[in-house]
Amino acid sequence: MPPPPDKRPSREASRRAALFSEPLENPLDAGLTAHLVEFGEELRGEGVALGTSELLDAFSALPEVAWNEPTLFRETLATTLAKSPEDRAIFDLVFERFFFRATELAALTTGIGEAGSGSGDGQGNSEIDVEALREQIARAIAEQHEGAMRDLARLAIAAFAQPGEGSGVLGVDVQRIRRSLELRTDPQADVPQDDPRSEGLPREGIRRFEQLLRQELERQQIERTSSLPAARPLHELDRALPSGPLQDLASVHRVVTQLKRRLKTQGQEHRGHRRHAHVDMRRTMRASLQTGGVPITLRYRPVRPRRPELFVICDVSTSVTSASVFFLSVMHALHDSFRKMRSFVFIERVSEVTDVFERERDFKAVSEAIARDAGVADISGYTDYGRVWGELLEQIQDELHPRATVIVLGDARTNGRAPGAELFAQIAARAGRTYWLNPEPRLYWNYGDSVIDTYAQYCEAYECWTTAQLENFVKVLTAPEATRP
Amino acid sequence: MPNLPDRPEEVSSGLIDVGYLPDDATALVAFLAIKLGKPILVEGPAGVGKTQLAKSLAETLGRELVRLQCYEGLDEAKALYEWNYRKQLLRIQAEAQDTGWTEVQDDIFGEDFLLERPLMTAIASPDPVVLLIDEIDKTDQEFEAMLLELLSDFQISIPELGRIEASTMPLVLLTSNNSRELTEALKRRCLYLWIDYPSLEHELEIVRLHAPELDEKISRRLVEVVAMVRDLDLKKPPSIAESIDWARALLLLGATDIDTKTFNETMSIIVKHRTDIDIVAERVGVKLDSGEDGISAAAS
Repeated sequence: MPPPPDKRPSREASRRAALFSEPLENPLDAGLTAHLVEFGEELRGEGVALGTSELLDAFSALPEVAWNEPTLFRETLATTLAKSPEDRAIFDLVFERFFFRATELAALTTGIGEAGSGSGDGQGNSEIDVEALREQIARAIAEQHEGAMRDLARLAIAAFAQPGEGSGVLGVDVQRIRRSLELRTDPQADVPQDDPRSEGLPREGIRRFEQLLRQELERQQIERTSSLPAARPLHELDRALPSGPLQDLASVHRVVTQLKRRLKTQGQEHRGHRRHAHVDMRRTMRASLQTGGVPITLRYRPVRPRRPELFVICDVSTSVTSASVFFLSVMHALHDSFRKMRSFVFIERVSEVTDVFERERDFKAVSEAIARDAGVADISGYTDYGRVWGELLEQIQDELHPRATVIVLGDARTNGRAPGAELFAQIAARAGRTYWLNPEPRLYWNYGDSVIDTYAQYCEAYECWTTAQLENFVKVLTAPEATRP
Repeated sequence: MPNLPDRPEEVSSGLIDVGYLPDDATALVAFLAIKLGKPILVEGPAGVGKTQLAKSLAETLGRELVRLQCYEGLDEAKALYEWNYRKQLLRIQAEAQDTGWTEVQDDIFGEDFLLERPLMTAIASPDPVVLLIDEIDKTDQEFEAMLLELLSDFQISIPELGRIEASTMPLVLLTSNNSRELTEALKRRCLYLWIDYPSLEHELEIVRLHAPELDEKISRRLVEVVAMVRDLDLKKPPSIAESIDWARALLLLGATDIDTKTFNETMSIIVKHRTDIDIVAERVGVKLDSGEDGISAAAS
C-alpha cells in the first residue's frame, strides 16, 4: 500500500536529500539517480510495494550491466524492483509512461524539436508510395521488428494524419490510421504470395504497432503545444470491488491468497486437540540430550491446522450482479484450497455448483456455465430467500456440523417475499459459524426491502464492498475462536 | 573451475553449452545474481524449467548443486542441521566413569556430532556451491522467516556452537509455483525472475537442441500443437520437458507427420489428466486433419 498522499512530499524530499548527501561512487550521475528515485516513487504511487533496499539493489545492479542498452536497463530494473507478475505488469506500464515523459520533458527544456514534424508542410506526402508503405508495415509487424515498426509508425502518421485534421483524441486518430493501413488479422487473398498479409498479421504485432502510433502522436502533440499533458494515474486505488469480470482480478487474487495463507497458518492450533497429540520420537530424543539421554520432556507432533469445511452460498440475481461476479471469482479461487468445500448459487432456487468449479478452470467459462446450467431463476428472476433457505436446509442439513462454516453472500433484499428467517436460523444453529457478507454499504441496510437485521441476529454480518473490507472479513474468519460454548 | 562471467552473454552461452536455452531476461538475472551475490526468486508455471535452470547454472559454473526440496512441515532439523543424538548417546555411555561432566559436554556438542542438512552443507562448503531451494511456496511462513538470516547474511546461528558463516558465497535459487504469496521480507532480499512458457520460436529451438534428429517440419508442427494445447486452459498444461519427451517419442516411432492418428496415440505424453484428455481430443485432434494452414492460423 502506498503511503497516504498527504505525507508523501515530505518523505520524498527527505529520501532525496539522503541520497544526494552521500558521495556517489558508482558511475551513475546524480541526474539518473534522481530520475530513478522518482521512478520508484511513481511505482509506489501505483501500488507496488517498493522498499528502499530494492532501490539500492537497482543502483548496485546497474553498474554491472551495459545499461545503455534499453532492454538490459529495463530488465535490470524489473528484476530488482518488481517482485510478482502483477507488479511486473504495472512496472512495464509505468516504465513506458515515465521514461517517455522524462524524455519529452528533457527535449522541451533543452529546446530540441524536429524540423518539419507537426508544422504541416506535408513534405513527403506526395512522395510516399502508400501501397509500398502498407506492405512494409505489414512485413515489420509480421517479423516483430521493433525498430522498423517505430520508424514506419512515424511515416504512417506523416502519410495519413495531416496536421490540423487530427480529431484531438489520440485513440480515434490511431484507429483511423490503422484502418487506412488495412492492418487485419484475417488472411487477405488479393496480395502476392510472399506478402505477410496473405496469411494475416499477428494480433500481438498490430497491438504493438498501435502503441507506437499512439506514442508518436502523443510526442508530436507535446511538441506542438510545448507542454506535457497531465500525468494520468494507471488506476484508482481503494476503489470499490470490481464490477466487471476482468477489472482488477489481480487484486482479488491477492486478497484470496492471503485468505488461504491465513487459514493455513493461523489460529487453528488453539482448538484444543492436545489429547490426540502424538509423541514425536525424534524431537523427544533430541530434547532428552539436555537431560543426559533421559527423556524427561515429551515433545509432541505439531497439531496440523484443521481446514474448516466451507459452505459458500452466493446470490447471483440482478440486484447484485456486479458483486456476484466478484463473489464467484473469490469462490473460484478458494475452491482449490479446501478439499471439502461446497458452493451454491441462488436466485429463486438454490443450485449446487461445486462440480462446475471442479470441471472448469476458466473464470469466464464458469460464469457462463452457471448462467446456463444452474437454472436458479425459476419464474420471475427475483431473489426468494425463504424458498432458498428451505431448499438449502433440505440439501445440506445432514452435512452441517459444529466445525462447518457457512458464508452467505447476498444483499438480503427479499423483494417483498417472506424472509424465512426461522429456516435460516436452523442452518445457522447447525453450522459452527455463519457469516453474512453484504455487498451494500451499511448505510443502505434495512432500507427498502433489505431485511439484513432479521438474519443478522443469527449470524455475523459484514459489509463487503471494498477489498479492504474483504481483508477484514478474512481476519475475522481466520481468527482463533476466543470463546465457544 | 571456470571463471565467473563478465557479461550476461557469457552466462547465456555457458547455459546453452550445457543444454539450457535461456531467454535474455533469464541470462541477465543469473548474471546479476552471480555478480551481486543475491539470491534469485524464480517463479512461473510448472514445467518451464525453473529447477533445470539451477542445475544448468551449477553445471556451467562448475559448482556442486545442493538441493533442498521443500514440503509442508519441513523444519530446521531437516533443512539446517541436527545433532546426531545416537552418536551422542553412545559417546556418553562409552565415556569412562571418572571423566568430568564439562569435558563430556564440550565433547558431544562438537562438529563431530553435527548432522549437516542441505542449508548447512551449502554454507559450510569450502568451494562455492549452487543452492537450490525448490518449491519454497510449499513450506509455511515460519520456515520462510528462518531462511531470512541465511539469505541476507549467509550465516547460520547454532545455539551450542555459535555462528557459522559462509566461507564462500553460494549462488542461491528459490523456486516457487506461486501457490501462495511469499512474504515481502523474503522477496525483498531476492532478485525476481518470472519464467513463462517460451515463445514458439524459442521452444522450437529448445526442442531442436534436445531432439536434433527430428525432422524440422515435424518439430515446428509439434511446438505449434503444444502451444495450441497450452491455450486450452487445462488442469495441467504441457511443460517444456513434456514437449521434449514427445519429440523423442515421435522420433522413436519414426513418425513422418503429426496427424490425428499419431496425435491420439501419443497425446498421453503431453496431457496427463482424464478431463484434459477429453478436452484436447475434442478441440485439437479435429483441427489436425485440416492441414498445415489450419494449424498455423490457429496457433498464431
